[in-house]
Amino acid sequence: MRDVAVIGIGCTKFGEKWESSFRDIFVEAGALALEDAQLSGEKIDAMYVGNMSAGRFIGQEHIGALIADYAGMATRHIPSTRVEAACASGGLAFRQAVIAVASGMEDIVIAAGVEKMTDVGSDESTDTLTGAADREWEGFMGATFPGLYAMIAQDYMHKYHMTREQLAQVAVKNHYNGARNPIAQFQSEITLDTVLKSTMVAEPLRLFDCSPVTDGAAAVIVAPLERAREFTDTPIKVLASAQASDTIALHDRRDISTLDATVAAGQRAFKKAHLSQKDIDMVEVHDCFTIAEICAIEDLGFCKKGEAGKFTADGETALGGKIPVNTSGGLKACGHPVGATGIKQVCEIVQQLRGTAGKRQVDGAKIGMTHNVGGTGATVAVHILGRV
Amino acid sequence: MSVARFWRHLPQRYNMVGTKCETCGRHFFPPRTFCPDCRRAGKIVEHKFVGSGTVVTYTVIHTAAEQYSMLTPYVLAIVKLDEGPQITTQIVMDPAKVKIGMKVKSVFRKIATDGESGIIHYGTKFVPVE
Ligand SMILES: [Zn+2]
Repeated sequence: MRDVAVIGIGCTKFGEKWESSFRDIFVEAGALALEDAQLSGEKIDAMYVGNMSAGRFIGQEHIGALIADYAGMATRHIPSTRVEAACASGGLAFRQAVIAVASGMEDIVIAAGVEKMTDVGSDESTDTLTGAADREWEGFMGATFPGLYAMIAQDYMHKYHMTREQLAQVAVKNHYNGARNPIAQFQSEITLDTVLKSTMVAEPLRLFDCSPVTDGAAAVIVAPLERAREFTDTPIKVLASAQASDTIALHDRRDISTLDATVAAGQRAFKKAHLSQKDIDMVEVHDCFTIAEICAIEDLGFCKKGEAGKFTADGETALGGKIPVNTSGGLKACGHPVGATGIKQVCEIVQQLRGTAGKRQVDGAKIGMTHNVGGTGATVAVHILGRV
Repeated sequence: MSVARFWRHLPQRYNMVGTKCETCGRHFFPPRTFCPDCRRAGKIVEHKFVGSGTVVTYTVIHTAAEQYSMLTPYVLAIVKLDEGPQITTQIVMDPAKVKIGMKVKSVFRKIATDGESGIIHYGTKFVPVE
């Protein structure tokens, strides 16, 4: 297997983009990534596109071909493949691109992610997202996505006695970071009170515990490490790519508040990279809800089970803390265009490793990690990236 | 949900008919036709669940999908059935009184209505055991 490097990144601003279509945003992200790699589209050998549900959100399937067409690659007939794993679609698209290059099958590959969520009403988007869980035996019983994560939170708080304030601190921290990220959907800091007084969605989770509905696209370009310096002075090496599965329904899990697929993917990634938690300078985790970040930092091994609430409240996951988590603002503040999120996480870590993350820069960042979850933990992708 | 898609699961949804693997004794609800533990050595037979269990975790849903919005606030829970499997279900009760570890039993109730003049879906919910 060949070593693989990221040579270009591009990301649209995230938010409610009424003025832009699905096609507009993925073309914008792809163009930004090509420009970043100082590459022309003719050099691209293949594309992988993470997208959860264009079929429901804009009534369009066959996204691989559509994107190749509008990115100007249809006449060259390159292979373009859509990858779907609910909210982990982007992470899996990145992994497919890495595998394609590592195997020697392709040389220069784009991994993109895109979701246009605001062309439908909130009832339709809520129902579409429920399809990431078990439609027959969770959704039909009246479960919503926030409802499932709320049951994780209730189980967690019952077992480990985390306070409501500690949980809210995740959102406060992520908004602080989002306010320092030009592409973030929310650019304002919030207080504990903002979270604790927001509308109740599913007890104990309130509106400010939940990631928003977002439009956005992101793209990264990967190449063999040995050729990376043809395109960039700061190639970022992919040190590990790992993926794991678990039961589709939350109720079938071994433990409700542990994502075993996160544990498995994390362990595989650390083993592959010959690294441990103390080597990681910052991590982008899948905080679709505040409780999801709490579980993620424990399940990835950055603190002990049951201690993430205190760890967060003590500032250990903030910029300047022991392990900065979600410097981009995370899904909570940067926004969560589901198929694009896994690619945006890679863009953020690459910026940190290049030292171009501006006001949210982690000093001396050398190694970073991404963690992307589908559903309530039925699919997880973990990547470790490093400076060379 | 379409009529055929719902009708296909009537015995499960109305009467809690699931399955059991005779090789290892593990029960499945919702039913599985393939035992993940025994794989091809598994022997799957029908099993009617007693319909009693314990609340593992819960939430109170305040913002629901459209078909369920007339029920809010409602208790959604994961219940561990006495035979072993865990299911997601609603518990018909005062939301202020729900607790982890509470004993519950199944009842037959309306689950959802598809649109204003659409079909009404019935199925199993749970109530606290007095
Ligand atoms: Zn068996």
